[in-house]
Amino acid sequence: MSLLTNSTIAPSGSSATTRHRRLPSWGRGLLWTLLAVALLTATADLTGLAAITASPTVRAGVQLAIPILLAGLGGLWAERAGVVNIGLEGMMILGTWGAAFAGIHWGPWAAIVGGAVFGALGGLIHAIATVSFGVNHIVSGVALNLLGAGIAKYLSSLVFAPITHNPKQSPPVEQLDTYSAQPLAAWLKGLEEDHPRYVLSDVAGILRGLVSGVSPLTMITVALLVLSYFVLWHTRFGLRLRSCGENPVAAESLGIDVYRQKYLAVVISGGFAGLGGAALVLAPGLNIYLEGQTNGRGYIGLAAMIFGNWRPGGLLGGAALFGYADGLATLTNGTTVLGLFYGVTLLCVAIALVQLYHRRWTAAGVAVASSAVLYLVYLSIDALPSELTSYLPHIVTIVVLAASAQRLRMPAADGLIYRRGQAG
Amino acid sequence: MDDTSAPPAVVLTGITKRFPGVVANHDIRLTVLAGEVHALCGENGAGKSTLMKILYGMQQPDEGTIEVDGKPVRFRSPSDAIRAGIGMVHQHFMLADNLTVLENVVLGAEALHGIGGRARARIAELAGRTGLSVDPDVLVERLGVADRQRVEILKVLYRGARTVILDEPTAVLVPQEVDELFATLRSMRDQGFTFLFISHKLDEVRAIADRVTVIRRGTTVGTTDPTTVTSRQLAEMMVGSELPSPQVKHTDVTTRTVLAVTGLRLCAAGDSSRPLLDDIDLAVHAGEIMGIAGVEGNGQTELVETIMGIRRADSGTVRLTGSGGATRDLTGLGTLRRREAGIGYVPEDRHRHGLLLTQSLWFNRILGFQTRKPVARGRWLDVPGARDDTSRIVAQFDVRTPGIDVPAAALSGGNQQKFIVGRELSGDPALLIASHPTRGVDVGAQAMIWEQIKQARADGLAVLLVSADLDELIGLSDTIKVMLRGRLVADADPATVTTEELGCAMTGTGAGGGGS
Amino acid sequence: MPGRLPRVLRGKLLPPAMAIVFSALLCTVALLISAGSPGTALAAMVSQVGKGTTAVDILNSATIYYLIGVAVAIGFKMNLFNIGVEGQYRIGAVTGAIVGGATNLPPVLEPLLVILSAVAAGALYAALPAILKVTRGVSEVITTIMLNAVSIGILALLINEKTFGVLVNNNIATKPIPQSGWIPGVSFGSHGTLFGFVVVAIAVGIAYWVMLNRSRFGFELRASGESPTAAMAGGVNAKRMIVVAMLLSGATAGLTALPELLGRDHVYTQLSPQGYGFTGIAVALLGRNNPGGIAFGALLWAFLDQSAVSLDNVGVPKEIVTIMQGAIVLSVVVSYEVIRRFELAAEQRRVGAQLGTATVAAAGGAS
Repeated sequence: MSLLTNSTIAPSGSSATTRHRRLPSWGRGLLWTLLAVALLTATADLTGLAAITASPTVRAGVQLAIPILLAGLGGLWAERAGVVNIGLEGMMILGTWGAAFAGIHWGPWAAIVGGAVFGALGGLIHAIATVSFGVNHIVSGVALNLLGAGIAKYLSSLVFAPITHNPKQSPPVEQLDTYSAQPLAAWLKGLEEDHPRYVLSDVAGILRGLVSGVSPLTMITVALLVLSYFVLWHTRFGLRLRSCGENPVAAESLGIDVYRQKYLAVVISGGFAGLGGAALVLAPGLNIYLEGQTNGRGYIGLAAMIFGNWRPGGLLGGAALFGYADGLATLTNGTTVLGLFYGVTLLCVAIALVQLYHRRWTAAGVAVASSAVLYLVYLSIDALPSELTSYLPHIVTIVVLAASAQRLRMPAADGLIYRRGQAG
Repeated sequence: MDDTSAPPAVVLTGITKRFPGVVANHDIRLTVLAGEVHALCGENGAGKSTLMKILYGMQQPDEGTIEVDGKPVRFRSPSDAIRAGIGMVHQHFMLADNLTVLENVVLGAEALHGIGGRARARIAELAGRTGLSVDPDVLVERLGVADRQRVEILKVLYRGARTVILDEPTAVLVPQEVDELFATLRSMRDQGFTFLFISHKLDEVRAIADRVTVIRRGTTVGTTDPTTVTSRQLAEMMVGSELPSPQVKHTDVTTRTVLAVTGLRLCAAGDSSRPLLDDIDLAVHAGEIMGIAGVEGNGQTELVETIMGIRRADSGTVRLTGSGGATRDLTGLGTLRRREAGIGYVPEDRHRHGLLLTQSLWFNRILGFQTRKPVARGRWLDVPGARDDTSRIVAQFDVRTPGIDVPAAALSGGNQQKFIVGRELSGDPALLIASHPTRGVDVGAQAMIWEQIKQARADGLAVLLVSADLDELIGLSDTIKVMLRGRLVADADPATVTTEELGCAMTGTGAGGGGS
Repeated sequence: MPGRLPRVLRGKLLPPAMAIVFSALLCTVALLISAGSPGTALAAMVSQVGKGTTAVDILNSATIYYLIGVAVAIGFKMNLFNIGVEGQYRIGAVTGAIVGGATNLPPVLEPLLVILSAVAAGALYAALPAILKVTRGVSEVITTIMLNAVSIGILALLINEKTFGVLVNNNIATKPIPQSGWIPGVSFGSHGTLFGFVVVAIAVGIAYWVMLNRSRFGFELRASGESPTAAMAGGVNAKRMIVVAMLLSGATAGLTALPELLGRDHVYTQLSPQGYGFTGIAVALLGRNNPGGIAFGALLWAFLDQSAVSLDNVGVPKEIVTIMQGAIVLSVVVSYEVIRRFELAAEQRRVGAQLGTATVAAAGGAS
């Protein structure tokens, strides 16, 4: 990020050289999915660690990915309109309380609504501070995280403590039913468990994890992801919203009410974060509000969105990656997690080959070196220390951002304070 | 234009606009007939931009009335202006780089034809009629300057504008592109569009305009037919009686080289095939003002920033001979070391690069000098020293301020610039690099700054002057070099060269490129 | 220049005053929901200060909050958002505790060693985000947040029986620091003991003031925060500033837990207090990153924290304090922004009026 550039200079005659054949985005998505499945399958078979592709791991990964995905969607909406939302965490906390409150009184579906509404209230505060008053987005977000945690704490001790005698948790909320796509899931179960075979069982395990024990909230989240893509990229509202994140001055000069767009975007963003909170409360096997249960997932959601290059498809990939890492770390031991090192070694070798093909020697060198280091780590220790495995998603986030940050493209006016009447 | 039955497209009467402490527009009168290209001429800072913002609804006048097509109107926002059929093409393009051409065009006007197939068809139709053809699905960031301008004009037409304001549209174009633009404008005029063309380039105005209105010091001084007046007469209308007459040249130029640049090359980030600067050689001597002329965007900014060490050159050397006579190779040094070696720097954008706007003047005095006396001692600041020296600058350079504790933002542009020039001439520099030193400042400050630069030259300072104001360049410089597409392409002698000749060299045309 | 001083004071004092009024209103609403009386609650909190060890506890907490507040402010001053002070102070503390437990130097040297190792570890833990930011362009906000989480894992790794942990009072902790490494406190008898480390906190505050207002580094820090572009043109090396500011911030954060470690606990455990990092951010925002302001913020925060226990006696959940704290921070940042803009516009008008020469010039020059 150079700080001293006069951006009006765009030498003419450069347009033809930079344009080359690109896969459509769905094609790239398919390619990455296949690559991920192939990598996991290869790792599971070559290391003999079946848990890597077992359906419980994948199912846990999906469940853990949902709150991250929702938080990331929140980030996507806000940042596409040019407002950095580090306050997702606070909005998510508000969402957990709202979901639990509505859930105890009116059932799990009300919990979903309650979470979204409370999150949206948090978004509204962030919008007032950043849009109307021009407070630095990070500062406002951090303040909101404090406020969100404070409000949830207070309300919890006020409302839940008399019932549970514990100010840090709520009574249980009724559970949502889960669904399995039968008879597909049963057939996959047969493939995975009855006659274990290389590759086939692994793929069956991954697929089964995706189609069995699916919570309605998972389906809603996927629907919201598709809907967000459609609204942001194929409607007039979405176009206006994105224009505010790219060049609000231009948008204003075309008669667009930039403040209104930003307000809507940030409130919607809060709603998504709140939904993410509701997803935590309604997570199978928990079904309560618990102080500190967001545990930084709002931040990880934001990281997933950055990893996804501010695009819904990429966000899905990021959330899947972090969710899977979390699922693996939760369900298995340090040995299995270490198995992933083997997988990443394979990935680095693949990257090195691609870079060599493109004659990018430094990148290839870095890839070769990292694969060598990872392989040495894999060989030299038996298991990753159990203390560190639960922080796998965090470490993955740092590594992934360090590797990819320079290829990312954030909305041009993201995080900049915009005042009405700046045009000209 | 004999048919006077149609009402004028735009009539402005008695428009006045005040800002805190400043009157930007005063009693403006302007009539633009339907179907003409009407030029609005004036110096930088004469109030053109404010007037255009008022006409486009971005600012509201304090006094005066606007009529469009014979009907009085009040614009509260650009939307109102758009509804009345007025569109504006801004000098700095108002485009979102990461959106496609189609998205940029339909933005804000989605109600007309949606954002899909119908919109695409409408754009194709407009492009066919006007010759403004651009691929609607390409991202704007991939487009060159001329294509971006086409998108801007398409945007305006798409909204049904019949009257188009063009704010300095040729500032960033190369000559062929200017010719293409003018051809487009003429054909569109014949189809009944009206244009209000803002410029201070008199040749271009004479080439394209049917009528010219001149604005000076915030007010309109008259409207005339460009075919019947000379550029000189227009220029006199623009600057009034204060037209800087050519000086009786007496030279202070010595043979002692202060700045020596050889083989300087700078490439765009990550693209070594596209040099922003190529093969730059120049030598500035003590007592010499070397002017760099060029159309904006041809590498002047990059040249200055590379010499200052803000950008890293890919190859080439920069050497500076200090006032003590020792020559240093600055090639590998950072900005601060280069400043310490004896370079003063007046940046082109004083708000972004010259000042810390919310800090006091004395705090700003330290910027760029944080290692040197009298404002610092070693690793520590010398606050009394900084305050004293700030008072000296305020007095010596006539900076109009109530004190040295006011934030820099509170001063007017001219006083901010006088302060910067004063600061950069402190500490006995061997070389001053001045980028557009009088851009957007009032006439008094301009004269003051020129006087100070000349005085410093007489004392043996070497000056590298970059300016878009050709009169300033010719009036001040001892030598002029012309920059085009990142190269120094021509030399000119300010004693003999005319603005017309300079203009031709700047645009790479052999002769008479801009004239008709 | 008559009237200048009151205006300066207004700019400095009005925002916090506005913020406190606003959050008081918010808390009144929250109290009324819970059927409590704002007056009683406030009275209970204020009178709590005189009871038992509360007053000394407030000063002790404020010492800690001040150190971490300054750590945050060093970064914030140049718009470098080191959210990672939480992780940095804990890594610093555990390193200091381990080093202190493993060595037995004479007095003065031993605590000095602990302090230096804590400071070095804090700086080291801040180095990664700094390096990633200047070499790879990764936002420090995300990396430091992630490193906060990872620090909990590192703590667990360092404090267990296979590594540096020993069993102390049924609790796994680092090996106790020998008595030569303790920093004695100032005893007020039944009113508690003030940390001796308060002296270090005051020294840090003075050093921070001097650095900010009198040193070249402080100048460059402020210039970078105000306008990165102008700083660059003025010869400030942006990358170097990021690295140095980040390291300095991490180093200062490394001091945070030392008042407790050297003055009271002498061991560090996984259960040692956490969350000071976010308090530090809040306190720095309250104090507008200025040495005096941070002290005020730290004292206010400590008062709210320590006096909250009294609220249970008057039937108000003490968690209301957390709302109050969140609301204060948010309203402080908003009101600073409002006042700043208002003051700047007023200043421009004033200068224009004072000079009286309404010249036709670059209009809107300072927008």
